[in-house]
This record gives sequence, C-alpha cells and structure tokens, in this order.
Amino acid sequence: MSEILIINGRLIDPADNIDQPRDLLLRDGRVAAVEKPGALSGVASAECIDATGLVVAPGLIDVHVHLREPGQTHKETIATGTAAAAAGGFTSVVAMPNTTPVNDSVQSLCWMLDAARGSVVKLFAMPAATFASRGEEITDFHKLVQAGAVGFTDDGRPVLEDEVMRAALIAAAQLGVPISQHAEDTRLTGGCSMNAGPVAFRLGLRGMSVEAESQIVERDIRLLREIERVERVRPHLHVQHVSTSRALHEIRRAKQQGLHVTCEAAPHHFTLTDEAIGAYNTNVKMNPPLRAEGDRRALIDAIADGTVDCIATDHAPHASHEKEVEFERAANGITGLETALGLALRVLHRQHGLPLARILALMSQHPASIIRQKNRGTLRVDSFADVVLFDAASEWTFDASASRSKSRNTPFDGAAILGRVHTTICEGRVVYRT
Amino acid sequence: MSKLEIKQELSSAEAEQFAAGSLLTVEHLSVADVAAILASAARLERMSAAERVRLLAGRTIALLFYESSTRTRTSFELAAKSLGATTTLVSDKSSSIEKGESLKDTGLTLRALGAEAIILRHPSSGAPELLARVTGLPVLNAGDGMHQHPTQALLDLRTMLLRLGKDAGTVDAKTLDGITVVITGDIRHSRVARSNAQLLPRLGARVILCGPPELLPEDALGLGAGIEIVRDFDRALAQADVAMMLRIQKERLAGVDLDLSEYVARYQLSSQRLAAQASQALVLHPGPIIRGLEITGEVADCAQSAIEEQVAQGLVIRRAVLVRALGVKA
Repeated sequence: MSEILIINGRLIDPADNIDQPRDLLLRDGRVAAVEKPGALSGVASAECIDATGLVVAPGLIDVHVHLREPGQTHKETIATGTAAAAAGGFTSVVAMPNTTPVNDSVQSLCWMLDAARGSVVKLFAMPAATFASRGEEITDFHKLVQAGAVGFTDDGRPVLEDEVMRAALIAAAQLGVPISQHAEDTRLTGGCSMNAGPVAFRLGLRGMSVEAESQIVERDIRLLREIERVERVRPHLHVQHVSTSRALHEIRRAKQQGLHVTCEAAPHHFTLTDEAIGAYNTNVKMNPPLRAEGDRRALIDAIADGTVDCIATDHAPHASHEKEVEFERAANGITGLETALGLALRVLHRQHGLPLARILALMSQHPASIIRQKNRGTLRVDSFADVVLFDAASEWTFDASASRSKSRNTPFDGAAILGRVHTTICEGRVVYRT
Repeated sequence: MSKLEIKQELSSAEAEQFAAGSLLTVEHLSVADVAAILASAARLERMSAAERVRLLAGRTIALLFYESSTRTRTSFELAAKSLGATTTLVSDKSSSIEKGESLKDTGLTLRALGAEAIILRHPSSGAPELLARVTGLPVLNAGDGMHQHPTQALLDLRTMLLRLGKDAGTVDAKTLDGITVVITGDIRHSRVARSNAQLLPRLGARVILCGPPELLPEDALGLGAGIEIVRDFDRALAQADVAMMLRIQKERLAGVDLDLSEYVARYQLSSQRLAAQASQALVLHPGPIIRGLEITGEVADCAQSAIEEQVAQGLVIRRAVLVRALGVKA
C-alpha cells in the first residue's frame, strides 16, 4: 500500500467546484480522501507533502502532443517527451499519429502504449483517421478503440475529402470517440510559411489565409449537421489549435445549435502574433501560424466565453538542424509542454483576469471529457491520483537549455512566465519534483 | 505595464544584433546610415583607381549566389576587385550546395576559408538573416526572395538624386520632399519594390504603388508610412516625377492567374503613355527588362530613361557598402 498525504494546500478541483484549503490523501494510485485541513492528520502516510502556498489541482491533460516515436527519435522519444510533460504539470498526454511509420494500426498503437517505451505520465494516443494519413480510406476504428485509441486524427494534415470525413465522423460516433481535425485547406496553403497579411507581405513570405482554416471548420460542421439528421448518430468533432476569429465564430455558432463540437487553443496562439517572427525566427514558425492581433484577441475572448474547451500545446519538438535553415524550409512547430501552464497563467489569468479554476478546467477537466476519461481531470475520491502542485504566484524565466525535452525549439526561451510547477504526481507516483 | 509590453516580453524575438556592416534590409537603415553610405560612395568615386585599389587589398570577400544574376553579381564583383579585395564566387550550381549542403554549413565553410564578408543572393526571404546569424560575419543582401534588395534601392536613390539635380553625396529627411515615385508592376513578388517603398518615404518622397490586385495586395500598405496605392496607371503616372517599372516575375507567379495581354494594355509604359502623362518623368527599371511587356523598347532607350545609369550606379553604391562591411574608412 502506497500513500501520499498532501497538506496545507489550496485545492482547486473545477469538476467539483472546489477552491478551498483542503488536504488530499492518495492511496494505491487513487484519490482516497479530500478533507478539511487537519482532518487527515491521523493518517500515517509513507510520504507527506507540505503544500503551503501551493495550488493542488488535478494533473494537467494535453490532448495534442507529438512524441516523435517511432521513427523520429532524434527529435523526441516517448520517455523524453513525457518527462517534459511531467515537468510542465501534465499527467496525461495524447500522442498524435504522425510518426514514422504513421500510427494507423493496432500493432503500432500497442507498441506505442507499451510500458517498455518508458512513458513517465499516462500515455494516450489518437491513431490516424486514414491509412498513412493519406486521407483516402479510414483505419479500423473498432479494433483501434478496443486497443485503447481515444479518438482519431490525421493531424498535420486535414481529412479533405467530404466522403472520407463523413465516414470517419460516423464510425467514430458509433464508438463514442472524437474525430480531431487539423483544419487547414492544404489546397490553399501550398508554399505558405506564415499568416497572410501585412507582416507576411513585409517579410516577403507567402501567407496562409484565414479562410484556409475556417473553410474546413465550416465544411466539417456542415457534415456534422447532415450526419445528425440522416444517420441518427451524434458525431463529436474536435477542432485542433483554432487560430482565427472566423473559425471561432463558426464553432461558437455550431455549439449554440447543439452540435457536438469541441476545440482547443494553443498557448502560443493566445500569447503571440505574427509580428513575433521578427528577423525570421524559425522557432516562431508553426502550423497553424501565429495570426494577427485581432485573431489573438478573438481567441482570448473565445477562451473566456467558453467557445474554447481546452488548452492543448501541440508540443512539436524538432532538432536544431531542422530549424536552423531558411524560414520557408524550416519544420513547423514548437515545444510547449513546459511553458503551457506558465503562459496560461500569465496571459489568461494575470493579464485577462480568468480565474485560476477556469484555467485549470481548460487544462484538466475539459480535456479529460474530450477523451472520455471520467476518472481523470478531477480530484474526486476514487479518481486516479493525478495531481499537480504549483506556485501560482511564482514568476520565473524559462530556460530552454534546462528542458526535459530532447529539443529546444521554443520562442519562449528566456521569457518571463508565471506559475511554477512544484510536484507532479501520476497515478500516485511522484513523476516530477523541483 | 501595458498589454503590448507584456506581449513583447513574452517573445524572445526582439531586434537582433547582426555583425556591424551587415546590410540585410533597408528597414533598419537610418537616414544617417543612408547619408553615410552616399557620402562614402561619392568619396570613392572621386578617388583615383590607384587609391581605391588599396582600400581592401588583402581582404577576402565571398559571393554566394543561389539565384542567377547579371547586374548585381557582376557589379558586386567588380566593385570588390576595384577596391583590391580577393573575391570568390560560389553558386548553387557547381558547388556542394548541389549535394545538399545547408546554407549554414556553406557559410561556415566560407568563413573557415577566410571570407570576411559574404554577399548573398538567395530565393528564400530571410536567408541573409540566417547566414548573418550563423556565421557572425557581415552579410550583404544581394536580393532575398520577395523580401529585400537594399543595394538596389540605394543605387536607385543615387540615380534619382543625380538626375533630379540634387547633391548625391548626402540625404536628410527632406531631400525628396515634393517628389512622387510611382512603382508599377509586380509589386507582390518584388524585393526591389519593398526596399524602395521603405527607403524613399523616409527621405521625404511620396511613393505610389500601382498594379492590379493580383500583383499588388492591399497588405503592401503595411510596408510603412508615406505609401499609397493607385490602381489606374495613367492616373498614377500623371503624378510621377519618377516612374519605376518592374518585371512580371514569372518564376514566382505560382497560382496567380494573369492575362498578359490585358496587363500590357493597362500597365505597359509606352511612348504614348509617357508623353501623355509624364513627359518629364525619370524612367527607372531595376532589370532585367522584358521589352514589349512592362516597358516598350522605345521607352527603355529614350532620353528619360536612366536604366543604364542605374547599372553604373550599382558599382558605385556597392563599393561603398563593401567598404562599410569591412569597417574601412573611405
């Protein structure tokens, strides 16, 4: 029997509407008790953590990470990526399928989820929606869900063909899992390396239009509506890393109409604009790209009004030689697991006044619900003992060279951020400690 | 702290310091910098060839060209040689670039061989910034993608000053007061247009950009202050003291659907048009010219045209920026 007792902390559990001083007892990988301060003093725990001055919250959940294994281990491995996750306060991550080869089979899914990969936190995966993510033929959703898939995506690529997307939404609906879509009409973005607009014009780079994102979102919502009417199933569309005001508008309207649409926001999109590219800093290149200030403000508004369901990092490690090249040729993506909480607290909490509990809901309760994990994302008794302890007032400077990730491609090296993770506990095991 | 300040603090992409003497873009060139380059160019021109050839004697300059070029490459090379420097030319064909060597490694190799400055032409916007960052050497941008061509803007400026009867040895924020420069054609793909549109208004000029929306998006107004868009060529030309024509860059036209005969009808600078709208205007073109498309042969060769003079001024300006790059007082 293993026990951890966490005392004197400010316990925030958005799922149970708790934001109070509470002591927390973890036993055998589960939450055993949540009590008023001192009420658990009789428990003779193997380990007692004094959380004075710290927030005690459900471990964070990231529904969108790239762990690069198998096949791209020069960028990241499941072990290093999940170590970075633990350092960032995450206790569950969802691995995207754009590995080499693409995760599109039960065999590759099982290999990825195998304990031998050395995941430090709870690892979930969304396999490819179509074979090799070619967008042609959907994978065996039934068998993959039995093997642990929590949804399907061709992330990095959109499912462009209407009929393929329709088939994927219906098959996923029958199994009760989401289709997670990278909304980009790649027919409109060839040769583009940043957001379209005055900054792209000034830098002489081809820009991705806002419509390239919003038109796919509109199309997917139209498919949802048709499927609900005709097929009598209720598909769940999850829109990844929404970056434009226009796509957010479509999602907001679809939600008001009762369709099952969820979406995520990435910290870089609510923190920076395309101006941050500066003198062609390739650590500011990602897809979707950083947008204009109006889109950034619309994203923050959509987070505040509930249109955005969760924060997801799109953690996308790349080796230095893949970034130290001409901007147009540089790989897309930045690391994000160790800076997500700090940026959310700095930008959304301090700067825009979102309550802590709201931010934690966006990073634990809501993502748990998107991937249908009833026993995670909360500190309710009997749920998994996934816990993060952090100092919400601590201001610090992020140092990329100290990252647990194998890669250093972040625009936030040297940036002042807010809120420092103290301890991360996954299923009752301490997986990170400052 | 304002919201903007917080936002900037969160990004590490603040103005970067590149090696002194680099010329990557006109964007960060102050009026004083421009005046100093012009003064140096004038001094160098007055010198005897024998004096000039001592200035960079024993110094090594590399020309690294990933795109074809006639004017820019030749004038940089002749400028460097006239100053006594040893030059070496590396082009993407006939070098290890063909074997997949990166820009970074190519730059480091040139540095290891003793290059003290690199002149770079590259089809990717921002390549000079990358090269300057990884080598720490002064880099002279000889044209990068659709981004910048700073020496072209400087030589255009010197040509204008000479032809407008002004002192070509200095400038200030009012030098071009009352002068309207109309830049017409494929602005979207033009690094020359971007460099000129950013440089000239800082010296007092009014810049009118002219072209169809496919080749001139409204986003161009974001280049800076003092820029306007006029779609009607005749209306723009009627205001011109300087008419700068640009080539349609077929190699960068990807996805743009353009009816060339309609373009010629609406935007070609012909003798009739020039006589009707701007009979006194100075005609410039950075080259290469496609006679019969954006400009007729008659206009290119007429007395109002300073196209050849631009080429000659290229040599003068490039001497000045080379001397500046290597930190030598002219």
